[in-house]
Amino acid sequence: MPVKLLMGNEALGLGAIHAGVNFVSGYPGTPSTEVLETVAKNNDGSIHVEWSTNEKAALEAAAGASYAGARSLVTMKQVGLNVASDPLMTLAYIGVEGGLVLVVADDPGPISSQTEQDTRNFAQFAKVPVLDPSSPGEAYGMIQDAFEISERHHCPVIVRPTTRVSHACGTVKTRGGTSDCEPDGGFEHPEISDTDEYWNTARPVPGGFVKDTQRWVVFPRTSYLNHLKVEERRPVLAAEFDSYQANRIELSNPGDAKATQAYADALHKLRASDASATFPYGLVCGGISYQYALEACEMLGCALPVFKVSTPYPFPEGLACDFLDAVSDVLVVEELDPVIERELFFLCGQHGLQHGIHGKLDGTFSAAGEQSTEAVVAALTQLGIASEDAAPVPPKRPEPPELPVRPPVLCAGCPHRGSFYAVKKATKGRKAVYCGDIGCYTLGNAQPLDMVDTCLCMGADITVAQGIETVDPDAVCFSFIGDSTFFASGITGIINAVYNHHDIIVCVLDNSTTAMTGHQPHPGTGRTMMGVDGAAMSIPAIVEAIGVTSCTTVDALDLDAACAAVSDALGQSGVRVIIFKSPCIAVSKPQHPPVTIDTDVCTGCHSCIREIGCPAIVERVGQVAIDEGQCYGCELCVQVCPMDAIVGGGDDG
Amino acid sequence: MGSSTEHGLNCVICGVGGQGNVLASRLIAQVLLDRNEHVKTAETIGMAQRGGSVTSHVRGGRPNSPLVPQHTADALIAFEPAEAVRCIDLVRDGGTVIVNTAALQPPTAALAGSDYDGSEALAYLEELQTAGDLHVVFVDGDEICRALGNPKVLNVVLLASAVKAEALGISREELEEAIRAQVKPEFHDLNLQAVAQVFA
Repeated sequence: MPVKLLMGNEALGLGAIHAGVNFVSGYPGTPSTEVLETVAKNNDGSIHVEWSTNEKAALEAAAGASYAGARSLVTMKQVGLNVASDPLMTLAYIGVEGGLVLVVADDPGPISSQTEQDTRNFAQFAKVPVLDPSSPGEAYGMIQDAFEISERHHCPVIVRPTTRVSHACGTVKTRGGTSDCEPDGGFEHPEISDTDEYWNTARPVPGGFVKDTQRWVVFPRTSYLNHLKVEERRPVLAAEFDSYQANRIELSNPGDAKATQAYADALHKLRASDASATFPYGLVCGGISYQYALEACEMLGCALPVFKVSTPYPFPEGLACDFLDAVSDVLVVEELDPVIERELFFLCGQHGLQHGIHGKLDGTFSAAGEQSTEAVVAALTQLGIASEDAAPVPPKRPEPPELPVRPPVLCAGCPHRGSFYAVKKATKGRKAVYCGDIGCYTLGNAQPLDMVDTCLCMGADITVAQGIETVDPDAVCFSFIGDSTFFASGITGIINAVYNHHDIIVCVLDNSTTAMTGHQPHPGTGRTMMGVDGAAMSIPAIVEAIGVTSCTTVDALDLDAACAAVSDALGQSGVRVIIFKSPCIAVSKPQHPPVTIDTDVCTGCHSCIREIGCPAIVERVGQVAIDEGQCYGCELCVQVCPMDAIVGGGDDG
Repeated sequence: MGSSTEHGLNCVICGVGGQGNVLASRLIAQVLLDRNEHVKTAETIGMAQRGGSVTSHVRGGRPNSPLVPQHTADALIAFEPAEAVRCIDLVRDGGTVIVNTAALQPPTAALAGSDYDGSEALAYLEELQTAGDLHVVFVDGDEICRALGNPKVLNVVLLASAVKAEALGISREELEEAIRAQVKPEFHDLNLQAVAQVFA
C-alpha cells in the first residue's frame, strides 16, 4: 500500500526503529503510551524493549545503554518527566555516547493528566534541545533528526508531541509506492520505508561501554567544567537550528491569488535577507498550533508570513531576528506556557526592537487549556489582522436542552467498585480519610462511592495518608493504590510507613494490569515487552519482606469477605495491607451472564443505584433496570440489594 | 463560510467511551485513504474512554488541523442522543446528523433521580430538522444490534446508516472494502451482516 494512515505515536515509534534504535524503555502514560508499544509490535527481536518500573528507572537504564553506545529511546508523559528529572538534570551535564532521545508527550486541556505542565520549559531548565512536531508525518522525521542531534552534540534530546499530534492520525507515503498523493513540501507527508524493506537493513551494533571516570562519574569539579560546556552548547545549537528545515519562514495558506502573489514576492525578498519588505503582522507558532494557525488563515482567506518554530530550545534566534525585521507586530500561537512568546520578548529587549507581541501574556489567548482553530480565528479578527466579514457565521439554532453531564466512571463490573464499597461499608460511622492515587481507581471519587479524598501524584496515596494520620490521629487513614502504581512508586512509601511507625491501611487494588493506559504488563504480571513470561512478583511477599505483619488477600467482588478483611484491619494498628484481587474486566472473560431484576420483588428502593453507581443499572420509566449490553455479571449488585430482587445468572442467586 | 465536501469530508463521531467509535473513524479514514486523499483524524484516548463523552474527528481533502472546526462538519455520527446535541455546534448548516435513538443514562443522572431517556435531545434534533437547518437520520441502533445478536456492532450499524443516507460521499462497496481491510477476519461476517441489515 503506497499511503498509510499512522497515529503520531506510531510514527514516532517507527521513526525510532528507522533511526536504528537499539534500546527502548518507558513507563505508560496518556498520551505517550503507543510509542513504545509500536516499537515492540514491530520488533524483530534485535531491539531491547521494556516497560520499566517507572520513568526514573527507564531513563537511567537508557542512559546506561547510551553510555555503552546504543541508540536509546525513553518514552513517558509530561508528569513522568518529573519522576525522571533527577537523572535528566545530571545527564544533561554528563552527556551521552549513543544517541539518547526522550519522547515526552504533553497533554494540553488537560485531557488525561494532573497538570498542564509544558515540557519545553523542562528542556530549557535542563538545558537540553527540544523538538516540537506539528503532525504525525513531521514527528516521524523529527525523531530521526533527534538521534542525529543527540550524537552530534553528545546530549540527550527531547521530542515533545502533544495529544493532538500523538493521538492524531495522518497520512504518510511509503517508499516505492506509486501515489497521486503529493507530499507537502516533502516534510508534511514524508516517505517512509516499508517494514519488510527496512528490516533487511542490519541494525548498528553498539560499541560497548568504554571506561572513563572523567566522563561518566559526576563530581563537583567535573560538573563545573560540564556546566561551562553546556552553556557553550546553547548558542552553537541555536545557530544550527537557524537552518533546521523544520524551523522556517513561510506564507500561510493562500487567500486570493493577487494578495498571495504580493506576499510571495515580499517573502522572497525577506528570504534574501532584504529587510525592506515589511509586513504589518506575522504569525509565530509551533507544534500543533501551527496547524490551527494555518487552518484559521485558510478559513479567513488571509495570507500572512508565518514563522514556524520547531525547536523552542535552543531558540533559533537568527531566524527569529530575520522574521522580526520583516514584520511590525506578531501574534504568537502556542499551547500551554508562553515559551516562544517570552523568547521573542527577550530578543526584542536584547535588540531594542519595538514590536507589538500578542499571545498569552496580553490575554489574547487563554493561559490554560487547548489551543484551537476557533481561538486563532477570534484573535485574528479581534486584532484586525483579518476582516470580521470573513469569519464563519454560526448557524442560528434554538437553545439546546439541558444535557446530562457525563464524567468518566468505573466500568460496569470493575472490581475497584467492590473494593471501594467494602471499605466504605466497613468504615461506616467512623472518621476515615481515603487517600487515592493515579489510575482508573481515581474514578472512585465519583458519587455515590465518593471514596477518594486526596489524589496528588503516583504513589502519594501511601505517604499522604501517613502525614494525615500523624496530624489527625482520630482519623483512620486508608491508601488506595493499583498494582502497577504499587510497583512504580508505592514500595518506598510502605517502607517509610513501617520504618517510621505510621498507622495506615493500604488497599492494593490488584487487577493484574495497568488498566488506565491500555493494559500494559508490569512486574506483578511477569510478562515483558520482549515476550518473555517470567515469574510474577508477589505483592504480599514484598510487603512481608518490608516488615508488614498484617497482610490479607481478598476477592474484591466477594462483598462479605472484603468487608470482613477491612473490619479485621480496623481492629489492628500499624501498617496493614489488604490486597483486593480481581482481574480488570477488559482483560478477562465474564464469569457470569448479565444479572436480571425480578420486578415482582423489587420495591424500587434504589439501594443499588444509591450505593454502588454502576453504569449498567439504569432508571427506565420509574423502574430500576439492567442495561444488558453493559452488565458484566460481576454480581456486586446482587450482594447489595436488600430485597434479593437482583438475580445473578451464574446460579440461583 | 463552512467548508464542504469540495474541500474534503469533515466528519465527527461522538458517543460514550466504550461504544467503539475509534473503529468507525478508522473505517472512514481507510476509505479516504484508498482514494489517495490526505486524511487526518483525532480520537479521544485516555480517561474519558471510561464512560465519558468521547469524539473522533475525520478529515479528508487537504486538512491542516486534525480537529474539525466548529460549524464545518458535513456529518455527525452520534452513538447517543445527548452526545449528538453536545456536538451540534460542530455541524455546518445543511449538514447531516445520524443519531442512535437509544439513550445511555450516566450513573450520575440515575443517582440524581433523573429519568434521562434521550427524548428531549431527540426532540431538539427533530426541531432542527423541521427548521430545515439539518438533515437528521434517526436510527434505532440497539434494535438492529439485537437482531444481529451483538451490541458491539453498533459502530458499523451507524456508519452504514450514514453511508445509506449519503452523508459521507462514501459508497456501500467502499465501506465493505474498508471493513475487510481494517477489521479482524473473524469479525468480517458480523460487520458485513450489519451493513446488509442497514441496507435491507
